[in-house]
Amino acid sequence: MASVWRYILAGLGLAALLAGILAAVYLTLPQSAVGPDTSRSKKTQNGLFVASFEPERGVVRQGDLQSWVLTLKTAAGAPVEGAAIAVSGGMPQHDHGLPTSPQATDYLGDGRYRIDGIKFTMSGWWQLHFSISAAAGSDSVAFNIVL
Amino acid sequence: MRRLAGVAGLLALAALIVLGGCGKPEFSDAEKKTIASLALNTLPSLKPDTTNQYADLPAAAALGSTLFFDVGMSRDGTVSCSTCHKIDRQFQDDLPQAVGVGRTNRRTMPLAGVARNPWFFWDGRRDSLWAQALTPLENPLEQAGNRAAFAHYIKKRFGERYERIFGPLPDLSSVPANASPLGSDADKAAWNAMPAGQQDDVNRVYANIGKAIAAFERSIEPGQTRFDRFAIDLATGSKPEGDAAFSPEEILGLKLFIGKANCVTCHNGPRFTDNSFHNTGVPPVEGLPLDRGRVDAVAQVQADPFNCLGKFRDGDESACRELRFMVKDGVQIMRAYKTPSLRGAADRAPYMHAGQFTTLDEVVAHYSKAPLAVEGVSEVHPLDLSDRERAALVAFLKTLSD
Repeated sequence: MASVWRYILAGLGLAALLAGILAAVYLTLPQSAVGPDTSRSKKTQNGLFVASFEPERGVVRQGDLQSWVLTLKTAAGAPVEGAAIAVSGGMPQHDHGLPTSPQATDYLGDGRYRIDGIKFTMSGWWQLHFSISAAAGSDSVAFNIVL
Repeated sequence: MRRLAGVAGLLALAALIVLGGCGKPEFSDAEKKTIASLALNTLPSLKPDTTNQYADLPAAAALGSTLFFDVGMSRDGTVSCSTCHKIDRQFQDDLPQAVGVGRTNRRTMPLAGVARNPWFFWDGRRDSLWAQALTPLENPLEQAGNRAAFAHYIKKRFGERYERIFGPLPDLSSVPANASPLGSDADKAAWNAMPAGQQDDVNRVYANIGKAIAAFERSIEPGQTRFDRFAIDLATGSKPEGDAAFSPEEILGLKLFIGKANCVTCHNGPRFTDNSFHNTGVPPVEGLPLDRGRVDAVAQVQADPFNCLGKFRDGDESACRELRFMVKDGVQIMRAYKTPSLRGAADRAPYMHAGQFTTLDEVVAHYSKAPLAVEGVSEVHPLDLSDRERAALVAFLKTLSD
């Protein structure tokens, strides 16, 4: 009788040890979540333009209405002027759109367009999508911003 | 064999103690960062309101305070702002729907930190604190007055105080006793018969009433709570003492709030609100008029002559970006309502835009169950929280009131 209990105790002990080791390994592993591509400069979908997207005042702040600058260059590096830009976006993981309707409000020269009215109301993965029409043709690009 | 079992048992016990107890910190670094972002000490100082040049003028705030508590500011002399925004009740009234001259269809909102809102009312149908203050004055179910009568009343009762702040009152001698573009047919007819210049004069006095009330309301700010004391201690690494110490249940609730229960997604920042509008599947109240929230407020704020783009704004148009860049349509604003601050919420049942839920337990149960919206799409997904988890969330919410 006593020996049966001993085996059970040993079994439980070993199982607990194993669980402990696994937990230790799991808890100390770096979080290897693969995030979306957050590069601030990229080729547009069909390669017509090179687009860069940066906050106008350098910092991204949650909850503030902000302006960003979208810079458009041709593949050869020439600034794209007179582009019509439509902005949309949202949070892909929350299945909802943007809390504001950002617009391209000003042309700042040298292929730079002010995109005003951007607001990130929560932390997480945001996506901004631009449809661009210019003399060279129409193309689109999406930027991911993770707060 | 006996020795092996003994050694294994001891080792396992040691591993469990290390991992389960002493070795594991109470909050991860990410959790600590989120908790710090909710603490009241991260609330920035109140920004100037450039659309209201009187916003930080003490004399304007003093007149606004008088007007806020004055039942003379209503059609029948029985209702003031403070009838629903009760000073000793967090400036709300504990009722499912506010009662002024009549019964409204919405819950009175508390006022702590109200001057920090980009949008006003549950649906954001006004875009400044001063434009908000004007709306109940003429709502037939709230103060039920009309702007011509208010202009006359101000001249008669507070003429000198008004003029010291806003300059000379216009000549009101030929302005009808009762007139407004809103209100009764008689009020509207009287308003339409007024020359445009006279309408402007009355509108200007009316806008200034709102600006004075707003100047007063800017002083109403949230106060420190147990949660803030706990959060500051956590951030500075000191051990929370006395009432700043959280019970295990409150800690679990806080972890759920910023983690699995996703509350912090919308209830973020030191005011516990993202200042935005969401459909969370809150059911309508039977017997009340159709209420679709934000989707119907867009046209109202656009049409408001006292909005930021209107001529009664002080300062320049750069202050109007919220209005300019607001979302005007789409399914996401159908039955969407403003995220309320949770500070003090435990002491002000009932909850939601029409007082749908009587207790915080019901609120948490709603978000755990996440029923479909009657119209539009709820952004909330089922959480299936246990009884213990729901109780822990409520326990945590109470720390925002103590």
